[in-house]
Amino acid sequence: MTQAKDMKGRPRVAPEALHQALGQGGHRFIGKPQPLIDGMDKATGQGRYSADFHFPDALVGRILRSPHSHARIKSIDVSGALAMPGVRAVVTGDDSDVTFGVLPVAKDEYPMARGKVRYKGEEVAAVAAVDAWTAEQALDAIRVEYESLPAYTDPFAAMVEGAEQIHEHRPGNIEREVDTEFGDVEAGFAASDVIVEESFQAPEVNHAHMELSAAVARWDESAQRLDIWCSTQVPYYVHKELAATMKVDMSQIRVIKPLVGGGFGAKTETQSYELICGLLARKAKGTVKVVLTREEVFLAHRGRPATWTKLKLGASKDGRLQACAAEVVQQGGAYGGYGVVTILYAGALLNAIYDIANVRYHGYRVLTNTPANGAMRGHGTVDVRFAFESALDMVAKKLGMDGVELRKRNLLHTPAMTINDLMVNSYGYPECIDKVLEVSRFKEKVGRLPYGKGIGFAGSHYCSGAAKPVNRSNMPHATVTMKLDTDSAITIFTGAADIGQGSSTMVMQVAAEVIGLPPSRFRVIASDSAVTPKDNGSYSSRVTLYVGNAAIGAAEHMRDVLYQAAARGLHVFPNDLELVGEEFRVMAEPHKTIAFNDVVELALEYEGTIVTKGTYATPKISQGGSNYRGAGVGASPAFSYSAQAVEVEVDPLTGKVTVERVTVAHDCGFALNPLSVRGQVEGSVWMGMAQGRQEETNYENGLPLAPNLLDYRFPTIMESPQMETIIVESNEAGGPFGAKEAGEGSLAAFLPALANAIEDAVGVRIKELPLSPERVYAAIQAARKGQAKPVAPIPMQEAAR
Amino acid sequence: MKTLIRVTINGIDREEAVAGHELLIDFLRDHLGLTGTKMGCDGGDCGACTVLVDGLPTLSCLTPAAAVHGQTVTTIEGLSQDGPDPLQEGFHLKLGSQCGFCTPGMIMAAKALLNEHPDPTPEQIRAGLANNLCRCTGYNSIIESVQYAAAKLKGRGAAGRKRADAAD
Repeated sequence: MTQAKDMKGRPRVAPEALHQALGQGGHRFIGKPQPLIDGMDKATGQGRYSADFHFPDALVGRILRSPHSHARIKSIDVSGALAMPGVRAVVTGDDSDVTFGVLPVAKDEYPMARGKVRYKGEEVAAVAAVDAWTAEQALDAIRVEYESLPAYTDPFAAMVEGAEQIHEHRPGNIEREVDTEFGDVEAGFAASDVIVEESFQAPEVNHAHMELSAAVARWDESAQRLDIWCSTQVPYYVHKELAATMKVDMSQIRVIKPLVGGGFGAKTETQSYELICGLLARKAKGTVKVVLTREEVFLAHRGRPATWTKLKLGASKDGRLQACAAEVVQQGGAYGGYGVVTILYAGALLNAIYDIANVRYHGYRVLTNTPANGAMRGHGTVDVRFAFESALDMVAKKLGMDGVELRKRNLLHTPAMTINDLMVNSYGYPECIDKVLEVSRFKEKVGRLPYGKGIGFAGSHYCSGAAKPVNRSNMPHATVTMKLDTDSAITIFTGAADIGQGSSTMVMQVAAEVIGLPPSRFRVIASDSAVTPKDNGSYSSRVTLYVGNAAIGAAEHMRDVLYQAAARGLHVFPNDLELVGEEFRVMAEPHKTIAFNDVVELALEYEGTIVTKGTYATPKISQGGSNYRGAGVGASPAFSYSAQAVEVEVDPLTGKVTVERVTVAHDCGFALNPLSVRGQVEGSVWMGMAQGRQEETNYENGLPLAPNLLDYRFPTIMESPQMETIIVESNEAGGPFGAKEAGEGSLAAFLPALANAIEDAVGVRIKELPLSPERVYAAIQAARKGQAKPVAPIPMQEAAR
Repeated sequence: MKTLIRVTINGIDREEAVAGHELLIDFLRDHLGLTGTKMGCDGGDCGACTVLVDGLPTLSCLTPAAAVHGQTVTTIEGLSQDGPDPLQEGFHLKLGSQCGFCTPGMIMAAKALLNEHPDPTPEQIRAGLANNLCRCTGYNSIIESVQYAAAKLKGRGAAGRKRADAAD
């Protein structure tokens, strides 16, 4: 049989557009692995990060930091620094008296301290000088007189009555207390046959993004304008805060986000060094580059807060969860930052994964004299999920039930509005569980592995963007524009901050899919405030859903423009056409074609450059209830789900835990780019492992004990396990082509799965992170001495050593 | 006082004046504009600044520029002079690079590894990259990226041998 040919002898193919309309055609540019559009730039070293912007006239900016945890600033004398040759500008708290902060309710910071310092490492002054050596010398020449105040590195000490107030407006050093109850928790516990009440602890951890935070600011004195390149996840917020603290109009500032070497939440707030860089550049009337040292990145970090969780779960004999009560204390650090949101997230996401009718939450965000904590991957939810999923296994044990079975008996019935008004439509969690059980062969292993080997299971979830942005406004949540011009390229403009997660690639794929042109026709210009539409930034896993939907809108308009132009050229109606490769053809008469380049020319005739726009706003119904304080946090158009099985080997002699294998299933709705979904999921799981096994930030006299990557010791390639990564697609109706969150939701499940695996391996339940050798060894020893749990005898060869 | 050094960088013979305290990384980045080499820590912890000095992976953040006098330095920019190196392709195609900041150092360490072990086992890859930190990937895709490059180089080697055989 010979294939039908068209007039030009090409094989006649069935009309692709019709196929798509009928839902029979596969996707062309989404749903399959797409290497990142800037991947080659990164691999060849051609891509530029903030510190790579080199200006011959750039001055070096350096920051003077507080040596005190809590002190009044009595005086600052910068005359010695100013007198030094080569010093071009010195700034202090006197140079900006406007407070900033990511939350409108907590604008409590100055770019540099005014009146008081509140943690060791807080910015006090800064200099711009001709070289680093001169800048350092100048810092040494600045004289600051302090009067020491009582300091608290422990939230429980800071909360004691009569404690020195860290901020005037926060009595008792409570940044926010949250107290919510949905349903009737006491009745729920009364109806329970089994109750577990336990306390859990997780230390502060650091994002440890690989790039040293950096900014380059150029002040144009004649135009009174500032250009700044900086390493941020939120260029728009930086733009706003720069304008506010420098007391200039936003129109005087241009914020450019080049490549960013990882964020993980560290850069979701404007950071002081960015503002200082701007202030220095203006004062020096020139260009200033500030690159923090790794020690400074640790000193001024905005990590995941140390968290104390007291959790009470009640279940009836049939394995139904009847009630949950959680009390959470977070060590907030010296400033509000995202704190109010973090403590609300911790409570809100007790819901939206299991069906529990009665949930009480009591949270305290406490100010301390340590660096302000902030958002970190899985914002607010991770440490509480560790407690919750650990406690679930404890409940199951009491019930004599398998832990996974207990989870399955408490699944949500979706679509659902949770008791705290979170909207859950797509819910791939059941499928995640089943896939993980199958691939990991969990049931064959759990409880059956030899002493020292174990497997644990846990689940987690996360939002796909905050349905109510922290800065409330009536603007759309995301805007994307596209330009068609004589270069026959479609240029996509997005403010979405690509921080390595691949958002620019996602936007390109979505546009290519909608329009039908290959990726080579698209160019993405991202995150330059002078050029790209405003975008809130990359946080709360909002970008794929919000910006993806906006990109679809802009692309649909562009597609209409192109089809109409092609139709004019071929004297048919637009819906008679299909786009094959780069050629529009009449479906019924495939010999009638017009090339894309010619279509562009037709489209621009009498019209000129064409710009289309798409926007996205979250549906009102997804924005959370309005009948309680804090209802806006946690609410999202969609939630992702993750299930994990972690297999470990525990050496009882040393307490060392080796993670041998991880099986993870993540429900991302639809994988627009399976390559980057896998990358995001594996990165999340791995970061969960890093936190679960080894990371912690401890303070001695207010200083972190591990302010460098050697001592902080996140896992190297040697201790990173194999992963089986399964993508589950639940098709989120509100997402672009069904897509939702992929970059954070899988982190949290790892921690409890690890704790559950250790219990399976050596019979001890550890409730404090990290599950370090010391802690595991101590737990094994305690169990042996106390005979609290049945423990296997020490093997002979161990005893012989 | 600056001293003159003679050094071959990415195939170009150079004679440059460097200060005694000047580090190789600053010389490469600030003096020569080779900003592909990255600084990710305060010295010696992360591996992002890895370059090859006479073929050996070397931390340019701990090496005085004057110490490379008479030697050959290869940076990430030097790998793609005849089109991308198979390692660069591998990190791109297998997503061994997410944020990309560790990538140049990782690729240079991998280059030294493949020079020594053209067909490395996963264990050899782990050992060869143990000094290089990555915070994004979880490392599995990095192992795959290196394996991609090894396979491609092997194919090239085989094709080269075939061509040589045909010429005989």
